[in-house]
Amino acid sequence: MEFITANNIIFALLSVIVLGCGLLSVLTEKLMHAAFYLFLTLVGVAGLYLQMSYDFLAAAQLSVYAGGILMLFIFAIVLVHRIGENSEHVRMGKKARAGFAALCGIAVVLCTMFLFGNFSEDPSTDQFTETVNMELIGCTLLGTGKHQYLLPFEATGILLLACIIGALVIANKEKEDKE
Amino acid sequence: MIPVQFYLVISTLLFFIGVFGFIARKNLIGLLMSIELILNAVNINFVAFNRYLFPNQLEGYVYSLFVIVVAAAETAVAIAIIMNVYRRMGSETVKSINELKN
Repeated sequence: MEFITANNIIFALLSVIVLGCGLLSVLTEKLMHAAFYLFLTLVGVAGLYLQMSYDFLAAAQLSVYAGGILMLFIFAIVLVHRIGENSEHVRMGKKARAGFAALCGIAVVLCTMFLFGNFSEDPSTDQFTETVNMELIGCTLLGTGKHQYLLPFEATGILLLACIIGALVIANKEKEDKE
Repeated sequence: MIPVQFYLVISTLLFFIGVFGFIARKNLIGLLMSIELILNAVNINFVAFNRYLFPNQLEGYVYSLFVIVVAAAETAVAIAIIMNVYRRMGSETVKSINELKN
């Protein structure tokens, strides 16, 4: 009965949420439902980060993924998708082939992991209670030393700028053609 | 403490759920959602390895932050492309993009 701790129960709940909602989001025929299940999956993943006591990463996951990207998805579904024919019928053969491919992949990865990986049990540490302090995160992101990442940070800024301009140009093409 | 294998198993299953969706979906937005699932699975892996192997450094942490940012950029551009495809072809399924055929 030593397995039933609050930590383990929360982990089990989170993993059920992540995997169940991920599966539903892939299997459901209506895109709006798929977006909602994707939202639940992303929140579950943020919960997993929180359980490893990575607070800032969970906050970033929630605000960027669940806040920003999902809003983009919902806007795209509302703008693009015709409400009348919103159920896409995928043939059973295609689904069966996709499921077969996914099951093969799962089998290969799990067999490799458990046959060849040697996981040493380390029961001395009970759980992650100490959080990473913000100062360390800031120094890691904006430092120039070893194990510090200023250059990728700046490159990410350039990427975001390029992506804003690119998205504007691509989405505006039709108007230029008409003129 | 939860063993690291559990995180790896969750990440594997989520990854291949995403792969399944990527193959089975016909809709471009559905494909994009499956890619998000795949990226999240990879992120879980990065974070779990960072937490269990090197708890005093932040390599996987920073890497998954960058993955989140790149995913946001990629989604914005991809949705702009999907809008454009929808305006030109009148549909957003994968089958409708066949202008370069023949």
